[in-house]
Amino acid sequence: MDVLLEMKGIEKIYPNGVVANQGVDFSVAPGEIHALVGENGAGKTTLMKILFGLEQPEGGTITYKGKPLHIASPHVAIANGIGMVHQHFMLVPSLSIAENVVLGLEPKRGLSFDWKTAVSQTEELAARYNLPVNPTARVQDIPVGMRQKVEILKALMRGAELLVLDEPTAVLTPQETTELFAALKKLKSQGHTIIFISHKLREVKEISDRVTVMRAGRLIGVTDTATATERDISRMMVGRDVVLHVDKPPTTPGDAVLRVEGVRYVADTGKEVVKGVSFEVRAGEVLGIAGVEGNGQRELVEILTGLRKPSAGRVIAAGKNVTGKDCRAVRQAGVGHIPEDRMTHGVAGLGTIEENLIADRYDSKALNPRFLLSLKSVSELGKKLVKEFDIRTQSPKTPVKMLSGGNIQKVVVAREFSANPKLIVANQPTRGVDVGATEFIHKKLLENCAEGAGVLLISADLNEVMSLSHRLAVMYGGEIVAVFPNADEVTEEELGLYMLGVKRMKLAAGSEAS
Amino acid sequence: MKKEHVFEVVRSLVAILLAMLLGFIVTYLVSKQPGEAFQSFLTGPFTSPRRFGNLIEAAIPLTFTGLAVSMAFQAAQFNIGAEGQFFFGATAATIVGITVPAPGWLHPILALAVGGVAGAFVGWIPGVLKARWGASELVSSLMLNYVFFRVGMYLINYHYRDTTAGAMVSLPLKETSWLTQFLPPTRIHYGIFVAILAVIFTYLFLYRSRWGYALRMTGLNLPFANYSGINTTSVITYSQVISGVVAGIGGAVEMLGIYHRFQWLALPGYGFDGIIVAILARNNPLGIPLAALFLAYLRTGADIMARTTDVSAEMITVIQAVMILLVTAQAFLAGWKHRIVVKEAKQSV
Repeated sequence: MDVLLEMKGIEKIYPNGVVANQGVDFSVAPGEIHALVGENGAGKTTLMKILFGLEQPEGGTITYKGKPLHIASPHVAIANGIGMVHQHFMLVPSLSIAENVVLGLEPKRGLSFDWKTAVSQTEELAARYNLPVNPTARVQDIPVGMRQKVEILKALMRGAELLVLDEPTAVLTPQETTELFAALKKLKSQGHTIIFISHKLREVKEISDRVTVMRAGRLIGVTDTATATERDISRMMVGRDVVLHVDKPPTTPGDAVLRVEGVRYVADTGKEVVKGVSFEVRAGEVLGIAGVEGNGQRELVEILTGLRKPSAGRVIAAGKNVTGKDCRAVRQAGVGHIPEDRMTHGVAGLGTIEENLIADRYDSKALNPRFLLSLKSVSELGKKLVKEFDIRTQSPKTPVKMLSGGNIQKVVVAREFSANPKLIVANQPTRGVDVGATEFIHKKLLENCAEGAGVLLISADLNEVMSLSHRLAVMYGGEIVAVFPNADEVTEEELGLYMLGVKRMKLAAGSEAS
Repeated sequence: MKKEHVFEVVRSLVAILLAMLLGFIVTYLVSKQPGEAFQSFLTGPFTSPRRFGNLIEAAIPLTFTGLAVSMAFQAAQFNIGAEGQFFFGATAATIVGITVPAPGWLHPILALAVGGVAGAFVGWIPGVLKARWGASELVSSLMLNYVFFRVGMYLINYHYRDTTAGAMVSLPLKETSWLTQFLPPTRIHYGIFVAILAVIFTYLFLYRSRWGYALRMTGLNLPFANYSGINTTSVITYSQVISGVVAGIGGAVEMLGIYHRFQWLALPGYGFDGIIVAILARNNPLGIPLAALFLAYLRTGADIMARTTDVSAEMITVIQAVMILLVTAQAFLAGWKHRIVVKEAKQSV
């Protein structure tokens, strides 16, 4: 088979000591759509960043079009016809689509920018690749799906023959995804080669010719998409059958530990992102909230945990009205919070494990027996929690940033769970966490629940919400659109319909309370 | 982790060495007697007790301002205002020294305390502006230097000026307020013990107290501190206030120990030097006195060099600048550091 790109023995170690790629071999044939799949943190994005010159590998070689290529920077990549569309778009919001597309390659008339040519160039490109956009619209005014088209056009404008798309569908609605796929197929028919990063297997099956699977920084295997089932691929991704079987103990829920009543949130942009959400979490149960990211879950969680003030509504946690109170008050009421982004909210990376473990109790009597912090008590607590929560480290005095994602998450979990919360708000608790740590965190979550804590679990991972939750709710467009009193009786397909906003239940205000 | 620590120390030393080397090259280019110049620069401070005394005397105010700046840095706040806090602390101590009748043991304590309060007040303003309204403390603390310079000059000139003196100076401080110079012929004074206390206090505060913990976590990651239930608004304010106290006491110590009369006509510059000290010491309070001594050594040496040879003292600013550039440049020796990291990561895989 022809080979367009061959990466051999790629090794990448980040300055914080994380080994992102270990001897990865990766090759792409001309004119194919090649899916690169793996769990979060498997090293897919790192590999592609190396290809695009954004990261320099510690070892390995890249051969492109039969010649060895040293990609020192994105300029080299672009000059060789490699383009990349990042997960987070890199556009100038205040400029028009045409201006964004020609940025850096501006057509000139004399000394001034030739706006008309820019527009016509953009139109022509859009027509050729069937990526219709309005060149004069400003990027800040257009929806996400359109922005992605602009990103692709931008790469094509620079002569990209090999196009890397990093999780392009993560932010798209199903319709937008369909459109994107049509455009990708058109690109392919015109001779372009596409690398498609994803962990959504259905999409991989639909769009790709071949699949490369990565796990924990290593290459696991390459297979023709047509001959592999979703199950095969997922087994390669995770290392075993995916439906993580969790022994969820039956529960007899107690009193409500969280009551949310008509909570609304209007963002600075004037858009209402949470539209009157009401529900209850009872002691001893896991309430899962499923939904595509960006449907108001983040804002809701931040309101419940004190990071954000609601525009309207009430939040009652463990019997205390904590509406609009700060994090300290919410914590004192007995709420633990596993935040969505552990490096932003969950830990101080440069702080030691110990320091991170005491963050919620640094001023407690137990740690301050006299005037000063007792280093002895701090270190005892550190040792105890490192052991109890199986944090893999040489010493509790190691800076947190030196740990792997899974172990950093364990630090967060150790702190939050050891405070004996009455309510745990877990937002994407296992995102980017390896399978072992995921299992451990799930186990601890259910243990706490069995001991009487209420758990609110928000996750974009359907498998996770479905297997852990007793009850399930679905959030779409800032609202709860469905509630299933028994999570075991729901199919993934049905949940999907609610998550995409195709279906919605008639829920009287407060009816989901019981 | 330990290797990284060693790396930081080595990196600083390499930076200092390179800076010295560059200083020597510059000296060589401009001087007719480069050998002597550099020799007097390097060994000058140790050639007489008096000169060695100068070194120690100069290190005392630098220790205070270095501590003040590092305290703010640890909270990820700037304190460019240590200059004004130091100056205003000195002004306040002068007034107490002139006006308050008090016995010899109490008088300096009183003057230092008032100096600290004055510094605290100057530090509180940018702190509260930042915490409440998000105003950049970098700008406000810098601007306040000039505001409090003028306020201080006004107070001294219009209320405590010695009209009988030939120069624009304040009335003499009562002898009861002086910090005794106990090692003649040097001017080393009891302020050195106050400085040592300040180092110990800052260390304990930052690393052993719950408030210092909250301050450091706020500095390391503000959203994390917020999420953990730390009141970051108050942390930001008190980090600037305590920073101001330390700088203010520093100004008072300098006045009571060395000058005995207020005679500054411009900002003395210790606050800005404090930034250099804090950077060299990596904001570690225990490293501050060493960094202060080192900077004082460079300054004293440069002074002696300027007096005894044809090279002017400004040469030292070249060395300082290169040193700070290299110490703060993240990329300096980063390749070497990365190789250490890679090696360790490979071993642990």
